[in-house]
Amino acid sequence: MAGVVFEHVYKRYAGNVVAITDMNVQIKDKEFMVLVGPSGCGKSTALRMVAGLEEISDGEVKIGDRVVNDVAPKDRDIAMVFQSYALYPHMSVYDNLSFGLKLRKTPKAEIDKRVREAAKILGLEPFLERKPKALSGGQRQRVALGRAIVRQPKAFLMDEPLSNLDAKLRVETRVNILKLHQRLQTTFIYVTHDQVEAMTMGDRIVVMKDGYVQQVDTPDTLYHHPVNMFVAGFIGSPAMNFLPVRIGGDGQTALHGEGFDVPVEERLLSEAGAERGQEVIMGVRPEDLKDPRFAGRDGLPKVPAKVEVIESMGSEIFAYFNIGGKTMTSRMDPRSGDMQPGQTTQVAVDTSHLHLFDPKSEKALVSGGKPAAN
Amino acid sequence: MATRALEIAGPRRSAWRQALENVPIHVFFIVAGVLWALPAIGLLVTSLRPVGLFTVTGWWTIFTGTGGQVGIDNYRHLFDSPLLAGSFVNSILIAVPATIIPVLFATLSAYAFTWLNFPGKTIFFLLLIALMVVPLQMALIPVAQLYGFIGPPGIVKVFLFHAAFALPYATFLFRNFFLGIPHELLESGRMDGANDWRIFRTIILPLAYPAIASFAVFQFLWVWNDLLVGLVFAGNTPPVTVAILQQMRNFGSSVDVISAASFLSVIPPLLLFFAFQRYFVQGLLAGSVKG
Repeated sequence: MAGVVFEHVYKRYAGNVVAITDMNVQIKDKEFMVLVGPSGCGKSTALRMVAGLEEISDGEVKIGDRVVNDVAPKDRDIAMVFQSYALYPHMSVYDNLSFGLKLRKTPKAEIDKRVREAAKILGLEPFLERKPKALSGGQRQRVALGRAIVRQPKAFLMDEPLSNLDAKLRVETRVNILKLHQRLQTTFIYVTHDQVEAMTMGDRIVVMKDGYVQQVDTPDTLYHHPVNMFVAGFIGSPAMNFLPVRIGGDGQTALHGEGFDVPVEERLLSEAGAERGQEVIMGVRPEDLKDPRFAGRDGLPKVPAKVEVIESMGSEIFAYFNIGGKTMTSRMDPRSGDMQPGQTTQVAVDTSHLHLFDPKSEKALVSGGKPAAN
Repeated sequence: MATRALEIAGPRRSAWRQALENVPIHVFFIVAGVLWALPAIGLLVTSLRPVGLFTVTGWWTIFTGTGGQVGIDNYRHLFDSPLLAGSFVNSILIAVPATIIPVLFATLSAYAFTWLNFPGKTIFFLLLIALMVVPLQMALIPVAQLYGFIGPPGIVKVFLFHAAFALPYATFLFRNFFLGIPHELLESGRMDGANDWRIFRTIILPLAYPAIASFAVFQFLWVWNDLLVGLVFAGNTPPVTVAILQQMRNFGSSVDVISAASFLSVIPPLLLFFAFQRYFVQGLLAGSVKG
């Protein structure tokens, strides 16, 4: 059991390709940390550097108190679950599970005990004598997990372990991995491109893009207080709506958009360092665009909107509106399903969780209704 | 009842039709098969007929009853000549090491060329591939000179020559096969605590069985059927091919002995083929099936 620390870590490939730039992340002991980002953002590379499968170009990676830059993978006392599972095709499940222990010269009785224990946790007992090719995708995935469990490592590394499973099994396995984490009380580092997986699983999440760490925080904070437009747009489904607006107003401060005004508190803007006349980008979460009839609160600013498409999910509806020439998504109560496509209506904007971004730096000025901390 | 009978008759009739439609295909393959097997059958029959008859009547006359007696005398006479009998042992002593040596060395070098990083890797590999175009005949004289200098026994001369010439191709073949093995498997092994040697032995080699088997069958057949290298280097320990050639009588037919010996010489490679048939087919399909 140990924390993992990235200190000014860089990864450069031949030909001056930089995969990771100045990564600084502290993963605490027993934490479930998720690295998330679009493909090519460097999340897998970061994980592979912890594993020792990828050289560290600059900076330090520590497992516990030990700098592991030059430590061989086998001496780092960590276990990894690969996306493709990487099971040894010619070995039985039992041999797959025990291979790592055998190489470490663990006594036979101890190996057997640990393998049977892991098999019991994962429900693999009936399959111990089978070869991987005689297993289903979900079973193979569990063998891959089991191979990591028996090692009793200081940290588990997982590289998109669910992406080869079908949707239903993925949700099921997600829960099982979380249970496993509670049971084992070990550090987990989990890489995924799926923000839903990241949000549901992580104690904390590292959002990455183009080799840069964007934000490291709890799922809640990432969702409500994203530090920039990338995080705001990446986390949350459906994604946050963005609208270009200008700060202005006669008397009362307001955000002017194409054909609408949204009043805001003057104090908030001044604390955020935004000035009158400045062009900014307003970010609104789908659930903050409301049907005025069911908003449950009076006095919300309303903007004119044209209904484009209504998608019913049963428990809620996703409505797509044309507001100020842009398509905006809203998440509404099913009662609003009586709106007709093509109809012009009014949409209430709940500004208590308002986001404003600088259009050039894309950094947040106002995040979740509060001045951004930068 | 009537409708039910019709229902049953329906598919049955179409099955009949299908069988009829297949008749020309079956006929074609039977004819092709017979034509293909004809020389081998002729050889077998000839090897069973007494000396002298060969020049008088054709081998097919035994099927019309006018061809005279058949028997295994020729085979018995074969072993009167100690040279010929011994040549079978020689052939095995040549073909086995000539197969094992390239497998041992080429799997190792293919592992290095596939997964290890060392300076000059690409150049070495290209050089190795370039060696595949060197015709075997070109090397006979320089190697003969070298052998003359060192002077190993004839059998060693022959199998070393074959082994050396198989190495580039074998390395190429195994490397191509290894490229199809996902690198996560090696990384997983590395995380499990295995070094390169252990990964090679416990993960890569078992997975490479089909490739090794298919190479081994090809190489064994090639060496077993080789005449030229044996003729040049074997000296007084000739392999079967050379020994058969030596049965030629100066002024008379030697077809009786040659046919019998030839037929016998086909048996070991045939056994090998059937023993490894499974791997042989797998080797041809290698890489097409996900592990």
